[in-house]
Amino acid sequence: MWTWFYKLASPPHVFRVAAAFVPWLLGLAALALGYGLIDGLAIAPLDYQQGDAFRMIYVHVPSALLSLTIYTVMAAASAVALIWRIKVGHAVAAASAPIGASFTLAALVTGSLWGRPMWGTYWAWDPRLTSELILLFLYVGVMSLRSAFEDPARGDRAAALLAVVGVVNVPIVHFSVVWWNSLHQGATVVRLGAPKMPGSMLWPLLAMWLGFMLFYGAVLCMRLQGELLNRERQALWVREAIKS
Amino acid sequence: MTVGGWEAFLLIVRRELVLSFRRPEQLLQPLVFFLIVTTLFPLGLSLQLSLLRDISPGVLWTAALLSSLLSLDALFKSDADDGTLEQLSLSGQSLTLIVVAKTCAHWLVSGAALVVVSPIVATALGIPVAAFATMMLSLALGTVTLSWLGAIGAGLTIGLRRGNVLLSLIVLPLATPLLIFGAAATERAISGSSAVGAMYFLASVCVFTCTLAPLAATAALRITLE
Amino acid sequence: MSSGFWSMGGYARYVWPCFGFAGVVLAWNLWSARRVVAAARLRARRALEMALAEDASR
Repeated sequence: MWTWFYKLASPPHVFRVAAAFVPWLLGLAALALGYGLIDGLAIAPLDYQQGDAFRMIYVHVPSALLSLTIYTVMAAASAVALIWRIKVGHAVAAASAPIGASFTLAALVTGSLWGRPMWGTYWAWDPRLTSELILLFLYVGVMSLRSAFEDPARGDRAAALLAVVGVVNVPIVHFSVVWWNSLHQGATVVRLGAPKMPGSMLWPLLAMWLGFMLFYGAVLCMRLQGELLNRERQALWVREAIKS
Repeated sequence: MTVGGWEAFLLIVRRELVLSFRRPEQLLQPLVFFLIVTTLFPLGLSLQLSLLRDISPGVLWTAALLSSLLSLDALFKSDADDGTLEQLSLSGQSLTLIVVAKTCAHWLVSGAALVVVSPIVATALGIPVAAFATMMLSLALGTVTLSWLGAIGAGLTIGLRRGNVLLSLIVLPLATPLLIFGAAATERAISGSSAVGAMYFLASVCVFTCTLAPLAATAALRITLE
Repeated sequence: MSSGFWSMGGYARYVWPCFGFAGVVLAWNLWSARRVVAAARLRARRALEMALAEDASR
């Protein structure tokens, strides 16, 4: 019954599964994002305080959530790779890092553009913003460390350890608005209890979040194929795979 | 002749200290750097001493962080270069014990030295004597944490080209909470209010790091030595 | 969709660059992933060709 799980440790199997998933994930992502954008930009009602500016939530929040989720996935895959020596884990971590870094940058930039009209400043050294910036530095550190080694296997292991060490920042980013007095607003969706947002505003946000996640899945599957090919260049299954 | 754990620890600490003191200039360099960097700020900003006090906690802590980074490279490098590190890892003693001993010795000659020198720097920045106790305690806790973060980073970057740059890239983001709370603690002490909250935070980060970092640093060394 | 939509209640110069940047990030991800896969395939093909040439020359 669990064979599908064990097969995930096999590079050729994962390669095939990833290739098959990409079009589905992209298609579903396009649907979710399409609905979310139309509903969020045109249909959802104005916010009482922020007016139309609140609509930036529809790209900012999914980007930020994704930046944290991707780091967690990267750290989990790294841990699996280190503990059980499963090379697919390293491939997942290596594929996820640049995606996560790009969404962290997106979160910072979209947040900055939202901050200007709302708080009057493009930037503030407040706990949430600072820890998110640190997250970006951690991503860059992991990517730099991986590429600094001549032996790719050793680079993978070193980057994996760093990813696991840095995961301590993820709960810090999330709980920063709870633990400290922050300019940034508190958690409205990802919290225990009901979300603090009316349905007409919430649904497009959930759709955008889902769309971004599906998009990450699609891009991950794409990059994963590349990472697996690079790591297994000498293997027989690669010869079959590139003939297609 | 088998050596017990505690004896091995003391042996390695003693070895590290002896080796460090054979080259006193190497020990002094980070301290001198600490002094120089601290003087750059008032020179560059040409502030009155009273105004300098406002930015002094941040300047002190930033300088301490940067000068600690300088000495971290030496933690494993010379032993890795001449093969001693491999011999130590094959010695039958727990690699974690060896890492703990080396890091403790490293802190004694870098972090502890920084704490001792800090009153001089603090006076140059206009920090009142009443704040010294809090400042030195916060620096002590911070440098211990930093030595451990640096041990992880150093373990990962031994022998890499541009290893020091990578080391800084790895350690600094993880060290920013230290900077924030260390400077906050010193700030509170200067203004006379209670620094207890910030100190508790520094202490808890220190304990957390001292507990988990040895494992991470050992894992890092194993990856590098394989 | 009236001109009110595009002006976003006066916040247009924040809202549209915001969505624009997010779009750029999504597009970059797709483009970059395609490049990575293509480069990997190319390298694998070259490795295969070299291996076949070695086998043939033996």
